[in-house]
Amino acid sequence: MRPLLLKGGRVIDPSRNADDVADVLLEDGRIAAVGRNVGTPDGAEVLDVQGRVVAPGLVDVHVHLREPGQEDLETIATGSASAVAGGFTSICAMPNTDPVCDNQGVVGFVIAQAQRAAKARVYPIGAVTLGQKGQQLAEFGELVGAGAVAVSDDGKPVATAHMMRTALEYARTFGIPVADHCEDMSLATGGAMHEGIVSTRMGLKGIPAAAEEVMVARDILLAELTGGHVHLCHMSTRGSVELIRRAKERGIRVTAEACPHHFSLTHEACVGYNTNAKMNPPLREAEDVDAIREGLKDGTIDCVATDHAPHHYDAKEREFDDAPNGIIGLETALGLSITELVGRGLLTLPQLLYRMSTAPARIFNLPAGTLATGAPADLVVIDPGVKWTVQPETFLSKSRNTPFAGRELTGRAELTIVRGQVAFRRTP
Amino acid sequence: MADVPALGKDLTALEHLTAGQLRLILDTAEPFKEVSERQIKKVPALRGRTIVNLFFEASTRTRISFEFAEKRLSADTVSIASSGSSVSKGETLVDTARNLEAMRIDMVVIRHHASGSAEFLGNRIRSNVINAGDGKHEHPTQGLLDILTLRDKFGRIEGLKVAICGDVLHSRVARSNIWGLTKLGAEVAVCGPASLLPRNVEELGVTVIPRIEDAIAWADALNVLRLQLERMQSGFIPSLREYNRVFGLTVDRLERAPKDLVIMHPGPMNRGVEIDSGVADGPHSVILPQVTNGVAVRMAVLYLLAGGSPDWSQQGGGEA
Amino acid sequence: MPSRTQLLDDRAIARALARMASEIVERARGTEQLVIVGVQRRGVELAARLKRLIDDAERSGVAFGKLDITLYRDDLQAIGPRPRVGVTELPDLDGRTVVIVDDVLYTGRTIRAALDECADFGRPRRILLCVLIDRGGRELPIQADIVGTTISTAPGDRVDVLVRELDGRDAVEVARDG
Repeated sequence: MRPLLLKGGRVIDPSRNADDVADVLLEDGRIAAVGRNVGTPDGAEVLDVQGRVVAPGLVDVHVHLREPGQEDLETIATGSASAVAGGFTSICAMPNTDPVCDNQGVVGFVIAQAQRAAKARVYPIGAVTLGQKGQQLAEFGELVGAGAVAVSDDGKPVATAHMMRTALEYARTFGIPVADHCEDMSLATGGAMHEGIVSTRMGLKGIPAAAEEVMVARDILLAELTGGHVHLCHMSTRGSVELIRRAKERGIRVTAEACPHHFSLTHEACVGYNTNAKMNPPLREAEDVDAIREGLKDGTIDCVATDHAPHHYDAKEREFDDAPNGIIGLETALGLSITELVGRGLLTLPQLLYRMSTAPARIFNLPAGTLATGAPADLVVIDPGVKWTVQPETFLSKSRNTPFAGRELTGRAELTIVRGQVAFRRTP
Repeated sequence: MADVPALGKDLTALEHLTAGQLRLILDTAEPFKEVSERQIKKVPALRGRTIVNLFFEASTRTRISFEFAEKRLSADTVSIASSGSSVSKGETLVDTARNLEAMRIDMVVIRHHASGSAEFLGNRIRSNVINAGDGKHEHPTQGLLDILTLRDKFGRIEGLKVAICGDVLHSRVARSNIWGLTKLGAEVAVCGPASLLPRNVEELGVTVIPRIEDAIAWADALNVLRLQLERMQSGFIPSLREYNRVFGLTVDRLERAPKDLVIMHPGPMNRGVEIDSGVADGPHSVILPQVTNGVAVRMAVLYLLAGGSPDWSQQGGGEA
Repeated sequence: MPSRTQLLDDRAIARALARMASEIVERARGTEQLVIVGVQRRGVELAARLKRLIDDAERSGVAFGKLDITLYRDDLQAIGPRPRVGVTELPDLDGRTVVIVDDVLYTGRTIRAALDECADFGRPRRILLCVLIDRGGRELPIQADIVGTTISTAPGDRVDVLVRELDGRDAVEVARDG
């Protein structure tokens, strides 16, 4: 492997609060040096990145890769390729595959497939319960030993308070978070979108904000009880943000993520029965969007995650009630985040990059999110000002289910480097 | 009439119609009432048009009403009744749509259990699509015939006080009525147990009257909705008995009305639950005129949309 | 540059109607079995006047009806998305002599529709057609039995019959392009 020198870019390293024009030298898959006069070793490949931002590769802790089991929607190969196209060098794969990732065999399979694809690094998240059925704990020890970085029953909530308590306590042994999909099923069942004036007008059963908040409150109290670390997935309501804020003030070990669609769209996007605006938790009201943005600004919400959920065109091409939940997100996340958060002056670019690389890496204990010397050579080169139009047919993901088709966004990854080698290069 | 925008290809909802368009449909229904009184109940207006009634939900009365409307316009009609669970139906709605278009059907009347299904179909085929009830969303022809019946009785809609009573949360009839009545200037209230009223229903331009006695004292007309058995089973109300005792339209309650209230019901009725027989069969009820008006309204809707039916002989389809 | 010419003024129309009223009675051989049916909309006004003239002259109470043919037209698309359907009210037609009254006879399609509609209401013994203006240009084999005036027109012309009840004055005018 030749050394790689990235010359003249604006280097932002949120892990060290650094933001200067500098060169970055990568050698043997590691960051060798960052500075003004780093020097060019013999045989190095030099990339001129003047006018671009050089940052630690982005980290997405919530991705559905669909393999094993639904390879027609996405595979680990296509998903990890889609990730690097979006600027992500590390992603966490949710366990709701078929078979469920509740044993070391599936964990090992996912890791092996990711290595074969040689795109983004993939860190499996194991299931909390066997088959995600909510009845019996999975073997966290075996899962972690095989490479899992967290446990989750995502797709569903951890079924009972007792199970969540046990999981939090048991997970402490291995120093991993329990990531929960907060949804009270008795309030939410049958719901197709947010319960509000739009669902009333459209004649659709709604999912009230309380369905999420009831579980957020439960998980916070159980984290307090157990001293465990709960990570709250895809937060969507202002009530949830408020609960998390107060929990953090009390020193409870709760972290949270939010998805770009929850700070970009409201439930109005469903009007016309647009199934590409159907996901769980659903798009909410304008005040909720404001609260999520504010939460990312003040750190109540620790990081941005995509909840990338590929679905087949045929599956989404049906009556709203029957369509599956979820949208893809790996290739629009950075653009949406820069447009909606940095573009609106809510976060600076370094603050955003912190939320998209350093923070998620720290929460899940991943060797990522930093450009410190000796760290893995996982970087992204971003053009933060380029205007581009979302064209799903050009995506590297196998699926196309996004509500952002045709939308103009600002900011995009141009080059993504994993293990010191170029994993994605954008062709104009 | 020059300022009334054309109705468009489909009638899927009253939510987006203007007051002018609503009045056009109601006015057009008048001559069709006369056609149904003739010996030969037929006019050749839609002769040679093919209309399919696609009923994924069981419904005798609405389907027959549409069938008569179509036949009285001399159209060729086919009714398909299909048990609607999304697991049991073999063919997706998309494929059904494509098949209908391949058979050059001019108009489709659809009743389906999923909200938005009529619009879904309308966006995918060139034929005119008429919503005969989509999930909990709207039942436009029912709303129209209810309004026509009120207009017959009172001579106007503006300023009329109409209370819609019952399970508004799950009712497409309620939504269509709310849209149609408010656009034409009526004062609309909803009355029922709070667990069966949408939380934000006032944002639709209606007031909430919690008790039926107060609704009776306030209204010029009551539209009583059918209470479905499963509401009790899924925990929205404790029992049908309690519903009748607290919210039922009984002869006693009606007797205390300060004016001659007009009573409507979209049918089929649960006698003894939301409405007592004495009221349903009594002198204030316009339930049967509603049914008569139903055929006339549906004839009017079919006739007005057919003016913009697709011309299959031309490549590239429909014209306004 | 479109031009507008007046063909008949109110006095000429009154004279024509008076003559047509007595022709109707003559052709129908009396008023006993007579039914005067006006075609919406101006045909109805003319028919009402003919009925009054006949009733005054014969001291009768001739049966009267109105017919709207919109639902019987053969050109649904041409009437557009906002058709106006008027009132149809007919007395018993079986065995009677029906005189259909319209303002202008042109292609004949309106009258064909009126004939179809009458057939749905009963079986007249005889149907006569009475029009104020016959402008030629027939597309169907239909002829008027009682005519106010026959004129010849070009396809681009428009013949307007104005009646007091709807338009404020009585007149027949021809509008010609260029």
